[in-house]
Parts: sequence; structure tokens; C-alpha cells
Amino acid sequence: MADNILVMKSITKEFPGVKALDNVTFEVKRGEIHALVGENGAGKSTLMNVLSGTYPFGSYTGDIIYNDEVCKFGKLKDSEEKGIVIIHQELALIPELSIGENMFLGNERGKKFAINWDETYGEADKYLKIVGLSESSKTLIKDIGTGKQQLVEIAKALAKHAKLLILDEPTSSLNEEDSKALLDLLLRFKEEGMTSIIISHKLNEVSYVADSITIVRDGKTIETLKKGIDDLSEDRIIKGMVGRDLSDRFPKREKQIRDEIALEVKDWSAYHPTYTEKKVVDNVSFNVRKGEVVGFSGLQGAGRTELAMSVFGHSYGSGITGTVKINGKEVKMTSPKEAIEAGLAYVTEDRKGNGLILSNPIRVNTTLANLNGVSKNGVIDMDKEYAVAEEYRKKLKTKALSVEWKVGNLSGGNQQKVLLAKWMYANPDILILDEPTRGIDVGAKYEIYCIINQLVAEGKAVIMISSELPEVLGMSDRIYVMNEGKIVGEFDAADATQEKIMGAILKSDNAEKGV
Amino acid sequence: MNKSKATSVLQKYTMVIILVLVVLFFTFKSGGKILLPQNITNIIAQNAYVFVLATGMLLCILTGGNIDLSVGSVVCFVGAVGAIWMRDGMNMWVAVILMLLIGIAVGAWQAFWIAYVHVPPFITTLSGMLVFRGLSNVVLGGKTVSVKNELFVKIFGGGANCYVPDLFHGEGINKLCVAVGVLATLIYLFVTFRSRISRSKKGYAVDSLAGALIKAVVISAVILFFTFKLAQYKGIPTALIWVALVVLVYSYITSKTTIGRHLYAVGGNETATKLSGINTKFVYFFAYTNMGFLSAVAGLLTIARLTSAQPTYGQNYEMDAIGSCFIGGASAYGGVGTVPGVIVGALLMGVINIGMSIIGVDQNYQKVVKGLVLLAAVIFDVVTKKENK
Repeated sequence: MADNILVMKSITKEFPGVKALDNVTFEVKRGEIHALVGENGAGKSTLMNVLSGTYPFGSYTGDIIYNDEVCKFGKLKDSEEKGIVIIHQELALIPELSIGENMFLGNERGKKFAINWDETYGEADKYLKIVGLSESSKTLIKDIGTGKQQLVEIAKALAKHAKLLILDEPTSSLNEEDSKALLDLLLRFKEEGMTSIIISHKLNEVSYVADSITIVRDGKTIETLKKGIDDLSEDRIIKGMVGRDLSDRFPKREKQIRDEIALEVKDWSAYHPTYTEKKVVDNVSFNVRKGEVVGFSGLQGAGRTELAMSVFGHSYGSGITGTVKINGKEVKMTSPKEAIEAGLAYVTEDRKGNGLILSNPIRVNTTLANLNGVSKNGVIDMDKEYAVAEEYRKKLKTKALSVEWKVGNLSGGNQQKVLLAKWMYANPDILILDEPTRGIDVGAKYEIYCIINQLVAEGKAVIMISSELPEVLGMSDRIYVMNEGKIVGEFDAADATQEKIMGAILKSDNAEKGV
Repeated sequence: MNKSKATSVLQKYTMVIILVLVVLFFTFKSGGKILLPQNITNIIAQNAYVFVLATGMLLCILTGGNIDLSVGSVVCFVGAVGAIWMRDGMNMWVAVILMLLIGIAVGAWQAFWIAYVHVPPFITTLSGMLVFRGLSNVVLGGKTVSVKNELFVKIFGGGANCYVPDLFHGEGINKLCVAVGVLATLIYLFVTFRSRISRSKKGYAVDSLAGALIKAVVISAVILFFTFKLAQYKGIPTALIWVALVVLVYSYITSKTTIGRHLYAVGGNETATKLSGINTKFVYFFAYTNMGFLSAVAGLLTIARLTSAQPTYGQNYEMDAIGSCFIGGASAYGGVGTVPGVIVGALLMGVINIGMSIIGVDQNYQKVVKGLVLLAAVIFDVVTKKENK
């Protein structure tokens, strides 16, 4: 059957103690965009790693048939030679090297001991043009944004003469605009005969771009939906992923808002820490009441994280000005420690980089922000610490056999729960949740939303920064919209819509440009 | 499951097992000489400075694989100043306290640049290595100054007469030493099982009973064997008291206190630690200031054992300390490592040293062997971690 470019037959892959893939069959038609969806830990990435040879032949059972030929890839290079190129979720580019150098890294033009730089940059420019990136190939990677870096990754794949492109969460760190551009690029490649496999959590994107959708659950392929035959709506996909109808994606909440203002920030400005003349947060004022969930919407790079971190004890930025009132009293916070003491918590968007100690157990991570709570005169009460960690593990339903498990071995959703547990144990009055559901699956998202509802029911104030519009609309009582460091809109949740929020952003963009 | 459990136990105690194998090897090769009471005493007395320095080095390494290259020079400098003061008639205890203060000051000097100005530790302590080696020479005028204060030598030394006197004044073996060994065993057993009982009462997870019993029996046996051997010679070397004190205090600090937890946290993820409201700069400051303090302690032990101060003392001490840490399972990336582990590492180095001397291996080959052991330990660490993934 020349119709299928790839058939993976009865693939089984075991890790010590777990069956990551259980007799999986996966077929991809030539020239289609095939989406692979499933909850975290369902086995999507494992399947792609088997395909690319990252898990070499022999470490799994089953057959990979690519272009009607049974393949036995021993390493990544073997699959790349056949034109199977995988682009991982974490960008694998070196910031201090140029675009061209990155593109041909390990695949250098010219001779072994004499790189042909003219050819390198010439070829690089050619591929950059194909992906629609108008940067010189001599620009350093660190000088371009993540959206453009993702395009460089794709250009790099093309330079390897990719015939089957695998993208693992390609848009997870992109804003809506860049995401759309990337998806359209994939559609264009499709017309030119390229086959792509895309792994994504963003179901609206999957519905938009995919010809077929294969759903993976618990190491098994559940079903493959085809465009034109099956229903490809988000609700239908979710049903397949979780095995049940998730009719309501956001748990209901009675209004909990109280009259007292928990946090009031006035005329807040902050500058970039290294480029100190660049204003990142521009004269922002906002407030949150007790029991209220306030959403912060905006595009990537709108200054929301920077705003939150600069308020949280000046942990970002330089030349910070403005006032903060907590429970009506003005407070000065110049370190995270003071911010925590003032009743503030900042739950980072980057749980691996800034949030958790992956090499340490759940117990240690849970108490890190409030070690004094389990210690006396600088001596830790280990039994008490264990009890606290266990209490939060049960409360947040973190999936782990024991609190002595290393956090690095947990799935994204469970890591997020440990991160939340850490800040809940610090007992703040105001929680700033920065992208609290990024990169976690639908089921875990729902549980996080329930935790948020529980927090406001206890009278805490919650600020939720999120780039997912449905989430902001579904969870907030009130919504601020930010763009380019400024607040450009404020809506009551009742009358906010996706169109209104995007409209506020676009309008401010136009005003900036004087249109 | 059982198989993976066995491998994880093996992994946890690899260095202990290797230590046992190395001891057996040298016992066989030397016809049992290495287990003579005198040699066992020597392993402690000769390596007292390594145990002390390695403990301090562990705290630095925990912060992120950072090392302190200056310790050898600081040992020499503190020793030199102390030797001169005592020669000039300063009261011994005043001299000791001032020496410790100098150590803290030297540590704080380096720690300040590392913690608050972000000068890389490698550079800062490389500078310290040169500065304090130079200053030692200046202070001593390039000559040897001998330490004649007998009390000082007895209390801090590891030489021929530096033993805790036997209070029971008996014939034959040192009864005090045996008594201390029995007492230490009983205290160890009491503490272990009390915490186990309290944990299981509260319903917390505890290790399997069989495992805990085996561990307790092995450790008790080692303590008793060790003290019995010491008793057969001249009893407890005074240096052992200082080593034991340092090891106990720092085991406690690293495993039970908040500052200890902060050290591991900074090494594990510095940004996350900072955002959790912990003063990460102070953590660095603490680790390096403390290293200065322990270098001074090692300085005391060194001049007392050698009954003099010379401009060349302490050379390569930093390498012994760093080597012991990595052999003892500290991670080169920080955040991982324990004081008992480091002590096992230091013992392994000490046994290899003395074993090779007894069976008459050439000095230069001894270095080769030690270097390869260090590399092998780190390779092992890296490889097992990879497999765990």
C-alpha cells in the first residue's frame, strides 16, 4: 500500500515497571497532517521516540514500516537519513550561535575540516525564505523571539530533507498569532506533498489543521478520526481522550467576591533588568478583592509575567516604581521573602525552571516556601514535614505512591499540583497563578480549576494569568487585558467574549502605530 | 520489583561495599597487616584533616558543584600564624580561638565575593589559594616554626602520645576506649529505633524491618570492631574526637536544619529556591565562610600532628577533600551528597593510601591509582544516574 507513508504495527515498549506502549498500531497517509492527541503520559512522545530511533530497534517490539520498508533505526541519525525529522517541544537551538550555524549543526556544509560558510549561509537563507522568516541567517538565535526560533527549527528540519515532519507541541510557547502562522505553514507544506505528525494539547489547533486524529490513552491507540467522515470537534476529541464526556470544562462556582480589596497596585512601572531603558511594565494599576478570581489576558510578551514578578518582591526588573496595598495597607517588598511575609504567593509559569526542585522529593518541595512552618529554631521536624506533605498530597489528589517520590518523575499535571501545594502551604492571602494549566492534560486542568474555586471559597484572592482565552473566560470573575506592558481593557466576565478581548489588544496595537 | 529493589540497595551502598572489598584486598595482600591496631589508628590520625575538610567541602559542592581550592593554603596560613603566636608565648587557648576566628574571617572574605558580587567560586578560591600560600611564606619567613606547647599537641595531635588517657588504669587493652565504643553503639541503636517507633506509631512509612535490622547490626559491629582495635593499641587518638565532633555536628546540620535544607535546595534549583523566599546569597556566604572555619580546624590538627608549621604544609589538601566528596557520592552538579557518604569516600582514599604504602607501592603509582579511583567513582555516579532515567 503506497498510500501509507508510515505504518507502525503492534508496537510495545516497556520501561521498568510500566508498559508505556501496549500493542499500538499507528498509520499515517502520505501527504496528510496527522495529529496525535492524548493526556500527558498517554504515550505520545514515547511512540515518536520509537519512530525516530531515540529508543533503538530492539528496545521495543513490533514493526515500523516506512515507505513499504521495514526499518530498524538504531539512532536518531538513521531515521533522519530516511527523512523522518522530529522537532521537540523544548527548542534545541544554541542561543549564542547564528541561525545558519544552528541549522547545519551536525550537518555542516563543506568538508570535514573546512566548513564552507558561503554555502552554509546561502542554503540557510534559502530555507528561511521557504518558512517565511525574514531574518538574515547570520542573526544570533538569542536575538530573535520564540516564534521565530520555532520557524528556524522547521527550516533546520527542511535542510535535512525531511519527508515526514514530527512536531511535538510546536505551539506550546507561541502566542496566538505565531501559532496561526505556524499552522498555516504546515498547511502550505501539505499542499507541496509533505507529511506531518503533530502532537498537541491545543485541541482547537488540532481541529483546524489535522486531516486525521489518532487518540492515545494509557499506552493504547483508542481510535483514529478522519476529516470528512468523523466529527472533529473539540468536545468529540476530549471525549476520546478522557474516555468520558467532559460536558463542563470549568467547574461551577458560586460568587465568592467580598467587599474588601485584598491587593491594590497603583501606577506600577518596571524596566528590563539588562536593557534598563526598556520599559516592560508601563504605569499599570489594578486590584483584586477577596474571594475573586481576576484573569490577566494578553499575548505572549504582553508583560503579564513581568508585572506579577516585579510585584512579588521585585523578583524581576529594575527601576521599579509604584505602590502596593495589601488589605488596605501600603507595603514595601523588595525580596520574595518580604512578599511571602506580606501574604503574597507567585506560582510560576515555568514549573521546571523556576518552581520545583526536580531532583528532590515531593515532601521537600511542599515545604520549601514555608520551612519555618515545620521547624523550630532552625531545626526541621521531619515527622511534621512528612505529615504536611502527605496532607497536601491527599488534598490535591497528587498521583504518587509516597511523598518521598522525586518530583522529576511525576507527570506535568502532578508537578503542577505539587507546586500549588507548596504555595498553599505558605498560606498566602493572594495567589498569583501564572499559566496554571500550561502543558497539562484536560483531566488535570479540571482538577486545578477545582482547586482555584476552593481557594476563593476560603476567601483568598486569585490572580490568574493565562494565554488560553477559554480558560480566562471560563474561570474569571473579572478580566484585565494587557498589551505591550499596559492594561488596555477591563471586562466583567459576564460580558467578556474572545472577540472583545482580542479587539482590545488589536485596538491598542493600532493606537500605538497611530492608525 | 524485587530485582529493582536489590539494585537500588546496591546503588545506595556501593561505596560502602567497595570500601569493604578494598579493605579485604589489602588484608589479603598485606597478610592482615592493614588490620593491625596501629594501622587502623593511623588511618584516623593521618587523615583527620581530610575528614574535616571534606565535610566543609561538601557544603560548598552542595550549592551547585562549586569547590574551594584555597583550603590547603588556608590550613597552612592559619597554622603558621598560630605556631608563631604560641612560639611567642601566647596562651594556647587564646591562640586556638584566634586561629578559628582567622579561619572564619578568611572564609568570609572569599564568601563575600562569591555570594554578593557573583565572582565564580573557582576564580575566587584560586586567588585565595595563591594569596594565602604567599602569606604563609611571608609570615613564616620561609622557615619552619616548631610547636613546642605539649598540651596543644596532645589535645589536637595525632602523634605518638596523643591519646585519651585510660581512666580505668587497667592492664592490657584500653578499657575506656571499649566503654566508649559500647556506649556509642547503644546510643546509636536507641536513636535509630526510637525514631522508627515514633514514625510507625504516627502511621508514616518506614523501611522494611529486616533491612533496618541488618543495617543496625552492621553499623554496631563496625563501631565495636573499630573501637576494640583502637583499644588494643593506645586507645582513642585525640584527633578522632575532633573528627567525630565535626562529623556529628555537620551530619545534623545538613540533614535536620533549615540552613542544611537551603544548601540542598540551592543546588537543586537556585531560582526556585530564591522565589520561595530563601536568601540564596546567604546560603553561599554560609557555605564558604564555614569552609574557612573548618580549614582553621584542619590547620590546628595539622600543626599539632606535625608539631611544626612550614610554608609547604597543606599542599594538595583541597584535592583530597574534593576527591573524597565525589567518591563519597556528592554530585558534581550540586544538590546531592551526605556527610556519611563523604566520610566513606575519605575512608576509602585513606585505606587505599595506607594499604599501598604497606604493600610497598611506589609513591608515584599511588597517585595514579588515586586519580583513577576518583574518575571511576564519578563515572559510576554518572552512569547509574543515566540508567535510572
